[in-house]
Amino acid sequence: MTQTRGIDYGHAVRDAVLAGMVALLVFGPITGLQLSGYEVVARMQWPLLFAGIVTLGRFCMAVWVQTEAGERSLARMRAKRSGGVTVAEGKGKNWQQKLVPFALIGGLALPFILMDNRYWLTVVLLALIYVLLGLGLNIVVGLAGLLDLGYAAFYAVGAYVLAMGAQYWDMGFWGALVLAMVFGALLGMLLGFPVLRMHGDYLAIVTLGFHEIIRLILTNWVSFTGGPNGASAPLPTLFGLEFSRRAKQGGQPFHEFFGIDYSASYQYMFVYLILFLFVVAAIVFCVRLRQMPMGRAWEALREDEIACRSLGINHVTVKLSAFMMGAMFAGAAGVFFATYQGFVNPTSFTFIESAMILAIVVLGGLGSITGVVIAALVLIMLPEVLRDFASYRVLAFGIVMVLMMIWRPRGLMHIVRPRFTEKGA
Amino acid sequence: MSEAMLKVSGLTMRFGGIRALNDISFEVQRGSISALIGPNGAGKTTVFNCVTGFYKATEGALTLHPQAGQSYNIPKLLGEPFQAADFINPVAFGRRLYYKMFGGSHRVANAGVSRTFQNIRLFREMTAVENLLVAQHIHMVRNPLAGVFKTKRFREAEERAVERAYFWLDALNLRDDANRLAGGLPYGRQRRLEIARAMCTGPKMICLDEPAAGLNPSETAELAEMIRMLRDKHGVTVLLIEHDMSLVMKISEHIVVLDHGEVICAGGPDKIANDPQVIAAYLGVADEDEVNL
Repeated sequence: MTQTRGIDYGHAVRDAVLAGMVALLVFGPITGLQLSGYEVVARMQWPLLFAGIVTLGRFCMAVWVQTEAGERSLARMRAKRSGGVTVAEGKGKNWQQKLVPFALIGGLALPFILMDNRYWLTVVLLALIYVLLGLGLNIVVGLAGLLDLGYAAFYAVGAYVLAMGAQYWDMGFWGALVLAMVFGALLGMLLGFPVLRMHGDYLAIVTLGFHEIIRLILTNWVSFTGGPNGASAPLPTLFGLEFSRRAKQGGQPFHEFFGIDYSASYQYMFVYLILFLFVVAAIVFCVRLRQMPMGRAWEALREDEIACRSLGINHVTVKLSAFMMGAMFAGAAGVFFATYQGFVNPTSFTFIESAMILAIVVLGGLGSITGVVIAALVLIMLPEVLRDFASYRVLAFGIVMVLMMIWRPRGLMHIVRPRFTEKGA
Repeated sequence: MSEAMLKVSGLTMRFGGIRALNDISFEVQRGSISALIGPNGAGKTTVFNCVTGFYKATEGALTLHPQAGQSYNIPKLLGEPFQAADFINPVAFGRRLYYKMFGGSHRVANAGVSRTFQNIRLFREMTAVENLLVAQHIHMVRNPLAGVFKTKRFREAEERAVERAYFWLDALNLRDDANRLAGGLPYGRQRRLEIARAMCTGPKMICLDEPAAGLNPSETAELAEMIRMLRDKHGVTVLLIEHDMSLVMKISEHIVVLDHGEVICAGGPDKIANDPQVIAAYLGVADEDEVNL
């Protein structure tokens, strides 16, 4: 565009006033009315201030996008948004790969930094569990394109494997971890068979139903699972060393063995370290999966199932393997959750859980591993960070979501496809 | 070399009350370029879908002979309904159950038939090379553990696959687009990439569904050369559906004409071009000189 245009201030003012009025409507009841005793007091200075900020901001933005610099950056944003998928350039490391060593060291050092702050240790622990869940659902939804709304069912099964295993078969954490993954994968296959012919919305409904079945079984089979009363879950052991203050009969607690003072943080630190290593292994596994025939077949299935069949790929086994792999991750995450809480009951595995995990995968950018990790950490830790702002917490959360959908509708991270060169070249 | 690559006999396909194909019989000779033509709605794509295993034929036999001494019964690969006799004979029962569970169109593809689609079906958000790697799925080392630990065998298989992908990109003149997203390629190249992908499966017979649709005359001429090259240099049998008569007449050796789900004529290009029934089917006829069908 060579012609120079003047800046249309009238239009900018109109936009700004409109935005200001909407802001007033939104902020008026939220910040303007305060309950004092039995009376509602109107304090209009706050909504007016917020509306003023919004009006001014909208005006500045309206003017800025009409300048040349603004137009350029807008065009750049549009170009970026249209694709969402790019191909890697060259073999060099990108910024994500450069950050890996820092993330590793930081992750390993974190429990020692947070040793005296048990609250934050548990928050980080929970966030890591969600990273694991996000990675698993990413396989099903992000790679294979199968919309699964009942993912928390496998999570619940994993948690109950630990609790029930400890209660009835004297099974420890490590045995349950393996068994939960196997059992989760089997259940994933069981769910996979009836839904082979389904896509999109229909698949979502059926998986939702499956989730409710599992939850209702856990709630109503009181004689086995304890029903709504739940069941307790044991802590992991380090080569037979326990992390409680006093060991059970015949055992020896961790702190006595090493001759240090007892601290309740040790158990969380230990769970954190196991989980961290597990998550690192899971990330490596997921990265490799995308470079394997199996991962490529999943993505091809998401793109076009009929074309896959015409190329000799058995869509049945490919779909089942995606369900199984995803469910395996959820089973493992469930065991970690149970040991972290020390207690399981069906209310921890409601539909909201599934929705949360799906939100993590979608916000992260379907199929992007880095995106899933960041989204899980942000979505779980943000509400805790914002706890000081008590009543505005959910509002802030909502604003973050809306902004994300405006600027990054295809998720936080763009998908980067690998580049293949010939051996000789 | 006496056996035909594909033998279709008595093929009938019904969709509810509609009889899309009625007692179709034809053969595709090994190493030939054959064409299936006919007016819109004649049932050409239905025949294709039956041959490549996307539809289960209502009646009729489809036999594939990819190599001498090797033969596949296509309806059997797709899984047939149980017969009364199966419940007495456990071996037959087991075999039928196996094909019912694990059969399907992918088995036909593995037997040596690959295809392209009328409306291009590429993996749009994957690169051209990745499209070709997916096509080689069955020849790869698929064990997930081998992939996680990147064993020597796995790496070698991957390298071979990339090499083979580049070979077919070269053959179809697509080398510059190797690392571009398939969905972002121009239309003509998407068509060629789809052919390259079909060839990557290592087929004995390739079925092209309207490969020249949407191409300009020079691209069509280029395509004709490529189809010849596939047959002459790489020895695949080609079966194509096409509306562009100049292309069909130029490259095909055997033509089957369909109309209203029936074969109305079959033979070489010269015979087809002068056949009154074919001309009638395409152009229609005045009432007085209606041809006796």
